[in-house]
Amino acid sequence: MIEIPPIDWSVVLQLCIIFGGATALLMADLFIPEVRRRVTGYLALAVLAAAAIAGVAPWGCRGHTFSGTIQIDSFSLVLNWIFMLGAAITIVLSFDYLPRHGINRGEYYVMILFAVGGMMLLAQGADLVVLFLGLELLSITLYALAGFAYPRTTSEEAAMKYLLIGAFATGFLVFGIALVYGATGATNLAQIGAVLAEGRIDGENRIYLMAGAAMTVIGLGYKISLVPFHMWTPDVYEGSPTPITAFMSVAGKAAAFAGMTRFLLTALETQREIWVPILAALAAITIVVGNLGALTQQNVKRMLAYSSIGQAGYILLGPLAASERGTEAMLYYLLAYTLTNLAAFGVLIALEARGEAAWNLSDLGGLWQRSPGLAIAMAIAMLSLAGVPPTAGFVAKFAVFTAAWQAGQAVLVFIGVIVSAIAAFYYLRVVAQIFMSEPTREVEISSDRVLAFGIGLSVIAIVLIGVLPARLLNLI
Amino acid sequence: MVPTFYYVLLSALLFCVGVTGVLIRRNALVVLMSVELMLNSANLALVAFAHARQDVTGQLLVFFVIVVAAAEVAVGLALLVTIFRTKQTTNIDDINVLKG
Amino acid sequence: MELIVFAVTAVIAIIGAVAMVASKNAVHSALFLLLNFGAIAVLYLLLRAPFLFATQLIIYAGAIIVLFLFVVMLLGAERHEDNRDRLAWQRPVALVMAGLLLAEVAYVVVALPAQAPVTTDEGFGAPEVIAEQLFTTFLLPFQVTAFIILAAIVGVVVLHMQEKRQV
Repeated sequence: MIEIPPIDWSVVLQLCIIFGGATALLMADLFIPEVRRRVTGYLALAVLAAAAIAGVAPWGCRGHTFSGTIQIDSFSLVLNWIFMLGAAITIVLSFDYLPRHGINRGEYYVMILFAVGGMMLLAQGADLVVLFLGLELLSITLYALAGFAYPRTTSEEAAMKYLLIGAFATGFLVFGIALVYGATGATNLAQIGAVLAEGRIDGENRIYLMAGAAMTVIGLGYKISLVPFHMWTPDVYEGSPTPITAFMSVAGKAAAFAGMTRFLLTALETQREIWVPILAALAAITIVVGNLGALTQQNVKRMLAYSSIGQAGYILLGPLAASERGTEAMLYYLLAYTLTNLAAFGVLIALEARGEAAWNLSDLGGLWQRSPGLAIAMAIAMLSLAGVPPTAGFVAKFAVFTAAWQAGQAVLVFIGVIVSAIAAFYYLRVVAQIFMSEPTREVEISSDRVLAFGIGLSVIAIVLIGVLPARLLNLI
Repeated sequence: MVPTFYYVLLSALLFCVGVTGVLIRRNALVVLMSVELMLNSANLALVAFAHARQDVTGQLLVFFVIVVAAAEVAVGLALLVTIFRTKQTTNIDDINVLKG
Repeated sequence: MELIVFAVTAVIAIIGAVAMVASKNAVHSALFLLLNFGAIAVLYLLLRAPFLFATQLIIYAGAIIVLFLFVVMLLGAERHEDNRDRLAWQRPVALVMAGLLLAEVAYVVVALPAQAPVTTDEGFGAPEVIAEQLFTTFLLPFQVTAFIILAAIVGVVVLHMQEKRQV
């Protein structure tokens, strides 16, 4: 007879709500007729809201359960909220998109909930096994979601590319975990940290550990799309359905960052002098390559893909600082980036009519005359991505630069600031296009209220965070 | 008794063969197979470490990896079949509407 | 003796892997992969992991490879790269390797327990021990696998249903 150890349900309450809700929704969707498909979306939003509220009570608590494989602390709670916010806005942005593209299926919302569950496992996981499974749950749902827009071949291709690259990355991740386990004899992050702190790792185990840590970081680096593991990003982002691109670029990235931060700061805390220089180099090339790649793009969706690579480099400065402040800066950046990118992609969604994509820079021309609201939203999103005050993007960049500076990464901060100045060029080019040039061709603009509400909400949040940064920084 | 190091060496070799397969082959099916090979080599290393430490955790990890591999293959093959229906090819180079 | 078994199996595994990557025909690739999986299964036996030996054969060899073969044949993908039949030299080699693998399994199962047990702990790797760990320490990951499989099923079904709607 196997004794199941006692379980502290409060630690996994949010996960239970998400997974239970997703499963229930999958069945409930059967009874919802296609014309009323939005109901499924609203139910998914309700599940997300319930899970978000469930995160209020344990605020400030720390705990773990399930034999220490999962934990809860303010880090994971904030991340969970960011994931749920990202998912909720994605769902709002999809209401109009799905029927317009003939892919109005309830499973879409269920899959997004599953993805959120996977992300929460990455944020809360205290064991390499949980991190691995969370990442895979997230990836497998994203593969299917990327291929959701079946009639478009690009969507399938994007899904296939994403899957092949993702599976390749999984191979590295698993081998890395195997080697770390071989070196330390543990998969629990805290236990690995404890073994390493004792400093009994030598000889071949030392080699296993180094190789294992490197391969784990490579595996996660693919998901974050750090340079040089970023080649898939522009293609996959361009081909996937736009709301899913938005979701991938914000929530998926945030989740992989969560897992990486946990791994580096809990398990490899004592090996800091080895991984900090390597990651610093990665961050530097990521910032440079991502932003330079964006400079030449005429396709806004691809430009945003390269921009998201560059942003990942900035976010990496947070964990690199390896301090409380660095982690806070990372969370703050993730929040700002989530809102900003969702707003930017939201505008693209509004401009995207069925079978015809208005992703060219010239299609944005004269947006100001045609739809002032969208024009302002896009402009604010671009300014925030460029890091211009008083937007959330500015405060976020400021926070990560300060954290990195305090950790002695002066060169990195220097590179970051210079590249931001260069990057401002291509972000502002979009703004200039919106306000100063004439429309080249008529693009059908979506007039959906919910979509406008989603974009508006994100934009207001960007500005609010930008104006009142101190409040939020204190909260985190 | 065979030293654990030999097993790790073998699994590293197999892993490298798998990586090579992913990088040089253009048939998406064979690429997926190469990924399976990579996962298997990792499993072998895990079991070898579990044996060396007399700790069953490594074997459990293998169990989870197998589950994930099966799920990934299922989704991958489903995608391949849909792509093949539209494009009549499994060659990655023909999947080129999007350009890197 | 164990070292010899290991060496032979390792060579077979590497041959299987290299041939899988090098083979022009996707069907052959799948079969070489099967050879590799079989060899790894034998190594699991050597490493005192009988449960994983069975799982490896049932899931990988039994399910995944069959799935691969099925899709390859369904799509006719094997014809896309090379059509020449090069089985002539492969047939005897394949037979020899299959025979070797079988002999090794027989050897490990029959002869090894007679020798001094390598394990100090008798129950190491036994299904009971694995089950106990699965339902105690790794209960949460075990539950999560259920959702991974569910997500994969939903994904596959959605991909397929959209295809049907297009026709």
